[in-house]
Amino acid sequence: MTSRRRDGHPAHAGEALRFRYDGRDYEGRAGDTLAAALLANGVRVVTRSAGLDRPRGVYAAWTEEPNALVQIEKPFPEPMLQATTVELYDGLVATGLRGRGRLADRPDPARYDACHAHCDVLVVGAGPAGLAAASAAAASGARVILADDRPAAGGSLPDTGETVDGVPGARWAAGVLAELAERPEARVLTCTSVFGHYDDNYLVAVERRGEAAASRERIWRIRARRVVLATGAHERPIAFAGNDLPGVMLAGAARAYANRYGVLAGRRAVVFTANDSAYEAARDLAAAGIEIAAVIDARTTVPARLEPGAFPGHVFAGPVLPGHVVTGVGAGPDGSVASVTVSAFSGSGLSGSGLSGEREIEADLLLVSGGWNPVVHLFSQSGGALRFDDGLGAFLPGVSVQPVEAVGAARGVFTLAGCLEDGAAAGARAAEAAGFPAPQRPVPTVIPATVAAGRTAATPPVTPPATPSATPSATLSATPPATPPMALWLVPADDYGTHFVDLQREVTVADVMRATGSGLRSVEHVKRYTTAGTAHDQGKLSGVLTSAIVAHATGVEIGDLGTTTFRAPYVPVSFAALAGRDRGALHDPVRVTSLHSWHVAHGALFENVGQWKRPWYYPRPGEDMDTAVLRECAAVRDGAGAMDASTLGKIDVQGPDAGEFLDRLYTNMMSTLKVGAVRYGVMCRADGMVFDDGTVMRLADDRFLATTTTGNAAAVLDWMEEWLQTEWPSLRVSLTSVTEHWATVALAGPRSREVLAGLAPGLAVDAASFPFMTWRDAEVAGLAARVCRISFSGELAYEINVTAWDGLALWEAVMGTGAVTPYGTETMHVLRAEKGYPIIGQDTDGTVTPADLGMDWIVSKKKADFVGRRSFSRPDTSRPDRKHLVGLLPDDPGLRLPEGAQIVAVSPLPEPPVRALGHVTSSYRSAALGRTFALALVAGGRDRIGERLYVPLGPPGDDPVPVTVTGPVLYDPEGARRDG
Amino acid sequence: MLLIPCPWCGPRDEAEFHYGGQAHVAYPDDPAALSDEEWARYLFFRDNPKGRFAERWSHAAGCRRWFTLTRDTSTNTFTNTSAAPEVTA
Repeated sequence: MTSRRRDGHPAHAGEALRFRYDGRDYEGRAGDTLAAALLANGVRVVTRSAGLDRPRGVYAAWTEEPNALVQIEKPFPEPMLQATTVELYDGLVATGLRGRGRLADRPDPARYDACHAHCDVLVVGAGPAGLAAASAAAASGARVILADDRPAAGGSLPDTGETVDGVPGARWAAGVLAELAERPEARVLTCTSVFGHYDDNYLVAVERRGEAAASRERIWRIRARRVVLATGAHERPIAFAGNDLPGVMLAGAARAYANRYGVLAGRRAVVFTANDSAYEAARDLAAAGIEIAAVIDARTTVPARLEPGAFPGHVFAGPVLPGHVVTGVGAGPDGSVASVTVSAFSGSGLSGSGLSGEREIEADLLLVSGGWNPVVHLFSQSGGALRFDDGLGAFLPGVSVQPVEAVGAARGVFTLAGCLEDGAAAGARAAEAAGFPAPQRPVPTVIPATVAAGRTAATPPVTPPATPSATPSATLSATPPATPPMALWLVPADDYGTHFVDLQREVTVADVMRATGSGLRSVEHVKRYTTAGTAHDQGKLSGVLTSAIVAHATGVEIGDLGTTTFRAPYVPVSFAALAGRDRGALHDPVRVTSLHSWHVAHGALFENVGQWKRPWYYPRPGEDMDTAVLRECAAVRDGAGAMDASTLGKIDVQGPDAGEFLDRLYTNMMSTLKVGAVRYGVMCRADGMVFDDGTVMRLADDRFLATTTTGNAAAVLDWMEEWLQTEWPSLRVSLTSVTEHWATVALAGPRSREVLAGLAPGLAVDAASFPFMTWRDAEVAGLAARVCRISFSGELAYEINVTAWDGLALWEAVMGTGAVTPYGTETMHVLRAEKGYPIIGQDTDGTVTPADLGMDWIVSKKKADFVGRRSFSRPDTSRPDRKHLVGLLPDDPGLRLPEGAQIVAVSPLPEPPVRALGHVTSSYRSAALGRTFALALVAGGRDRIGERLYVPLGPPGDDPVPVTVTGPVLYDPEGARRDG
Repeated sequence: MLLIPCPWCGPRDEAEFHYGGQAHVAYPDDPAALSDEEWARYLFFRDNPKGRFAERWSHAAGCRRWFTLTRDTSTNTFTNTSAAPEVTA
């Protein structure tokens, strides 16, 4: 295939890059996008559409591309990228994408990162307006960040070839960047797309740093005092029959390929427009060597500048046809444009009756310009209102609610001189508002585009091809008094079946009219009904068009109808970039106790409890989990076991009012606790539901140590702080988390007393000297320790606390006795469940009161009030059919019920609906009981003890398994084992 | 992301804060004296205005202090930020 590159264009000086597309090898140039390289190689059909299997070509030149979707295969698989934004690199392998992409089948080796920044002025977009704004703002000394999504600054300047301050636009832009680089408070971010604009000028951007960089992509989170949005404008398509075929392209995109990339998108073009800008595109393309077969202008008045001889040397081969529209596209063998049908156009309305004088023009390119939509996405995201401008036929930024201003094309200023002036003024204004008066500076000047076009330093003037016909040709004058644009949204027709609105979603005008015909009036509803605007480009090209067609079809003004909501992200952002470094081991902090190394060395398997790694069980060679847990349970019940209990939350509660404070939060009395004693307590929310439980030690008259469940430690401290600060600020209490200050070894089992006695010869361990629910300071294994006699297994048990530094030494000393079996959380769970002790958060779920747990005894009758008390007498909390914590014994003693299984009263199951009485909350095999058992929350459960209930487990049609309801305490109900 | 004026630490990112809902909903002096409906109103009913709303925030990842701000819920602008924390007692 012959090259479509312009001879001598500076873009071709770049390094040659090899790439592979759809199985064929091609060559591109450094600086090309994949789309530019494909066009340069004459690839017109890039992929096919997902639903209708229509051919798809390149339609645009940047992020607004709806058509040319590709899957990157190498170097690393990436799905669903726009060919117009993929920077070409050597060895790239890509395929055209039809429908969904494929995620990589292997971990991404690249690194992703994040940066946080603050600035006085953030300028988004480094086109003429943005550069002028950043330059003016930075001259004041303000901290300025300029972010632009392209590799090089200049915005549309490289696309249009316009000149600023007497030099080509791209060179002027590079000069402004060089000036900014000299300013210590200015930062320029290229290849950086600002995709979200949130409250208080918090903006988020993604920087694409390339495959060779230390991080491939980087998320910027920027807080700015003032924001200047110089986000430019998107050219707008027109809906006509066959407007989706390869070869149909935005006029500005074809101009960009010719001027920026030096690539000719075709050989012979028909231009279809309703505004002046397409004439400049046609002029540049003619100069670049594309034959302009005709300019079809829907307006009856063509630009005044089209005077013969006003633009010497550059002529259109074919006629300018005012008052005409494109009514059809003829496809060649590959499905791309081969001819264009045009008709004279009079009148308005939606039927094709105003069309006449049809003629066909041979062409392989159809360049479309329906006008320009200012890129108001970020402005709208920031909360700013939009207004419709009838003159421009576009939505413009209206009143802003944040310190943000749109400039240049983003607010409908479409001349280069206007953009430069607008940007410079806004940049100075923003800096001044941020406290940095900007010096007076001259605004960059513009040399008319017509003089400079095609005459960049490295591009020699191009001689146009000979005119093949005698039709009057047109030239452009140097000083353009603009002819008003016409808001042409669609070409009337009798059949709208191939008038595409959203090219990727394949939504046609017919689809939109079907939606409005069904009675939909809101453009939000039409969007969701048709999916228009939900594709990759998120409606950059289709959004306003959809609004216009809905307005047209329903007879309302588009300005009254409005647009759909603009939401972040403005461009697609990879999850890898958003995750940054927070993945794998860094996804969430991992907390380990000071004994962790021993657990690892002794083969423990770990369970995640919040952020903690807790030993789950310690399998011996050949043991599975069940076997290991049964062995560990038996060791505790028959001898002695030890568990690392260091993760329990510990809160030091100090102050003269500490006892009173705890009385108000726990359901039972804490102020009466004697120094040296320990009490179990339950905390409820104000609604009376159990929130946490644990033990409280009284260390001194004015000092308590409260323990919490492992996963709830931070929440309990927050809860205490909230009440203390907001309701009871007069209480003299202070709270400190000491969870990580202590290592705690739980020593449990009938032989635990003799083990402790051996380790702590100075401690009187007999039951009379060291009774249940007391604590003693003692030397254990030569370490300063605080020993509590408390039990979570029903056995004689102790918890030995030492400073975290001494934790490992204590544990090794306990293990060194040779009489103690290490056990993990699973065994702890089984042992406590055999005793009917609930785990808050497992056997409860925020809808369970102490009474539901059968723990009325923990609720003080003496205290006038505590948090939750009033709720116990609410009608709902005193219903008799509330769910109670009970035990369940399956008829089959070998069957372990799955936790979460539902419980019903009848078997076989009747037709649905079947009332569920509750669910299984904990379920284990018990060594002590020689069978399986479960805890469950069951409606009216305590009144059902002895009843037979059923648990549906198998597939539909299977009978549910029978179980018997019991009290929750299945082991040692009389508590005989507590004292050993 | 809101920029929240902590009276102790100055303006900080919303991510550092914990939201505490409507301010000035004091714990009743004598809950036992309330009817079930009055108690349910304290527990479950809160205002949800469009416009100015006094609400509680805690600088959870900073100074850990609770304070009260007035926020316009339609524009997210803060007014009436007190230099010292207001308490709802």
